[in-house]
Amino acid sequence: MKYTFALAAVIGLFFTACKKENTAPYNASEKAELSVEFDNIAGSSDLQLNTGVYTNASGEKLTITKLKYYVSNFVLTNTDGSVYTVPQDSCYFLIDESNEETHEPILRVPEGEYKSLTFTVGVDSLRSTMDISRRTGVLDPTSDGGDMYWGWNSGYIFFKMEGSSPASTSMGNTFAYHIGGFGGYSSATINNIKTITLDLTARGTPKVKSGKETNIHLMVDVLKMFTGTTNISIATTPMVMFSGASVGIANNYTAMFRHDHTEN
Amino acid sequence: MIRKKYIVLLLVFITGLLACNKDAAEYFAGFQQPSDFPDPVYHFSTNPVTSAGFELGRKLFYDPLLSANNTISCGSCHIQTSAFTHHGHSVSHGIFDRLGTRNSPPIMNLAWNKSFMWDGGIFDLDLQPVAPITNHVEMDDSVENVLGRLRNSSVYPGLFTKAFGTEEINSARFLKALSQFMVMCVSSNSKYDSVMRNQSSFTTAEQEGYMLFKEECSDCHKEPLFTDQSFRNNGLRISMVNDEGRYAVTLNAADKYTFKVPSLRNLDYTPPYMHDGRLLTIEGVLDHYSDDVQQTPNLDPLLQKNGIKGIVLTADQKLKIIAFLKTLNDRTFVTDKRFAEQ
Repeated sequence: MKYTFALAAVIGLFFTACKKENTAPYNASEKAELSVEFDNIAGSSDLQLNTGVYTNASGEKLTITKLKYYVSNFVLTNTDGSVYTVPQDSCYFLIDESNEETHEPILRVPEGEYKSLTFTVGVDSLRSTMDISRRTGVLDPTSDGGDMYWGWNSGYIFFKMEGSSPASTSMGNTFAYHIGGFGGYSSATINNIKTITLDLTARGTPKVKSGKETNIHLMVDVLKMFTGTTNISIATTPMVMFSGASVGIANNYTAMFRHDHTEN
Repeated sequence: MIRKKYIVLLLVFITGLLACNKDAAEYFAGFQQPSDFPDPVYHFSTNPVTSAGFELGRKLFYDPLLSANNTISCGSCHIQTSAFTHHGHSVSHGIFDRLGTRNSPPIMNLAWNKSFMWDGGIFDLDLQPVAPITNHVEMDDSVENVLGRLRNSSVYPGLFTKAFGTEEINSARFLKALSQFMVMCVSSNSKYDSVMRNQSSFTTAEQEGYMLFKEECSDCHKEPLFTDQSFRNNGLRISMVNDEGRYAVTLNAADKYTFKVPSLRNLDYTPPYMHDGRLLTIEGVLDHYSDDVQQTPNLDPLLQKNGIKGIVLTADQKLKIIAFLKTLNDRTFVTDKRFAEQ
């Protein structure tokens, strides 16, 4: 009996200790690092550019040679309901599968525990039309050889995937999906700016505190691009650029992102 | 004694010359707003035109270093004597003589342009040079490569310092320098302009032509810029290229086969005409409107009024309209030394 009591007391103390750590006071006026990792995968495999062979929803075999996309405008919702928008000027990132350094954008956010993450795939229309001097770094229309920008129809390419597939009927059995469109400057046109909101509670809320780095690990299944409201077959649409077909692809790829785990 | 006199005279003369030179070098009026033009559209607040910026832009404009193999400059297809178009070329040939599909438009009064290119796909003059530099059939390069060559050159770091304060060469500075040159290319000194400013008068034929023009043409070719900057299908036959015009930019079916209404200023210097340069003469253009307008998708309503396709014009009326259109030639613009390769 005595032992049981002592044990209960110890367990109780242990819980209290745990709880205490969980509710450690956050200083909301203090900012700390929170990284968001975009871990590109293809179905159940890690994505390997040039060498990996994958199968899409239409049963077509494919190899991916290039994968790049913009993520921007990060917003975090605290477990207490408050919302933090990362300042826009420091909130544009180009994820490039061929360059590991780009896979993990680092944000500075107030200390706290966050229950959901919201971001844009692409570049918002305001920034897309801003004076050239305010579009630097990955937003410089000429950076990266101008690879993510349409010069003839001013605008960013939000998402770019290229590769080859025996199913492709185009030259060299290649396929290319260049998805953009911010809605148009003077005349309305397609708007493929997508906002993604991911729940973080099921797979571990990030607890951001100074002195440590917290990491939200996302899995990005690029094969989801081929399936969803519109199934995309490489045989029938090997090339999609600025056209109506891009709308279906952009809708599909909103489902690429899922929260896998958090490293606190 | 006489000798001394001469020396003094010579000295005075030399001093005078020096003063003149100094004046010429220092005097730069900047962007001048013609009194009868509307307010410009270009954002001078983010790119004020300076003498050094303009000169840098002009040097860049005429420098073949902007193309992949150092052969094509902006000035190759935008020739001043042709009001900055590519004289005699229906469509321009760029690097390795590759052909495009559209006629090179004039660099003229761009400060008032709301959009650029025949399809209006570019909404800011600062972004415009990216298109020809990267186009496979034009200069076939990347701006990044061009910036690399500028940084390695012996002269450009110094010129960028003069224009922007430091020798940093980045895309924004490069593009803004080109814009400074291009917005300065203002054409507002045609006979038409002097008549409007009550400095001269039309001949009888010109005056009659002007009246006809106001009746039949000015809805689209709106004064004083001689374009309303809208996109319209003017009833050209659909060619093999099947260029769908603004549709490629908006993906809106109502924009199929529409192209930007071009300005008629300096018309005489800018043949051939139309987006693909298919019409060689102004007479041919008027014949198109009177006799050859086709019922293609989105044919402009103004070209099918009262069930009649095109514009009803007699041979005599055409001659008068042409007499008027020639008053839009601006000799001072196409010969202005400030805009020429130095």
